[in-house]
Amino acid sequence: MNTELLLFLTLALVAIASALAMLASSNAIYSALFLIVNFGTIAIFYLLLGAPFLAMAQVTVYAGAIMVLFLFVIMLLGAEQLRQRQSLTWQQPLAIALGAVLLVETVYIFLTRSQSELLPSLEQILPDFGSPTAIGELLFHEYLLPFEITSVLLLVAMIGAIVLSRHRDIKVREELRPE
Amino acid sequence: MVPVSYYITLSAILFTLGALGVLIRRNAIVIFMSVELMLNAANLAFVAFSQMYASLNGQVFVFFVMTVAAAEVAVGLALIVAIFRNKHSIDVDELSTLRG
Repeated sequence: MNTELLLFLTLALVAIASALAMLASSNAIYSALFLIVNFGTIAIFYLLLGAPFLAMAQVTVYAGAIMVLFLFVIMLLGAEQLRQRQSLTWQQPLAIALGAVLLVETVYIFLTRSQSELLPSLEQILPDFGSPTAIGELLFHEYLLPFEITSVLLLVAMIGAIVLSRHRDIKVREELRPE
Repeated sequence: MVPVSYYITLSAILFTLGALGVLIRRNAIVIFMSVELMLNAANLAFVAFSQMYASLNGQVFVFFVMTVAAAEVAVGLALIVAIFRNKHSIDVDELSTLRG
């Protein structure tokens, strides 16, 4: 058993345990924190897989920006303690059974269809594989149009978030205005 | 080196846990976090295959998935805040106004 396999197994255990803890914890804040742990382990997997730039992007975008937004909204709403009130008693066991079926199906298909070959080591492939330079070159040449469309998508999301979270505060502000 | 099937199996397990979270949790924010978990599982599979075929296309695709996830989170959380303002709850069982 070499070190990389040992590292992989340990990290996989941490990732699965944190995902399970995210599902199980009743407090939404704890769920968000466990999800941050999970995103951190996935960033380390990216490093192992020769994608250092993606690992950094994972840490800054996912574990940083997105999860801070989640924590902010949870604290803003004060909705972290939602009692788990089940109106359909049969739903939870059925969901777990269906989830198990899905897992068996996916793993079976992947393991039978894909030849289980070892990943090429990082030295065998290009020396700058996954570096910001290589990714940027691909992004700005071959994927230029999708990249530009992404900017439109982000603009739409930004405007949408502003419109949705705008109070009817124009009215409120006029009521509050001193005569 | 680690076989690629290990990464794919881990990705499948994480995806299943995310789907399970969407099914069994009633808190809209936790459901949303489970969706993020599923997106991450797909990203992990992308990066694993990207290294297997020594092609950077998979990694570029992960970038686009991250962008879409960021946009989705911004709009989704704004929706949840708007719903909370109206119903004073984010329990998805109580959002049954459209039921006939």
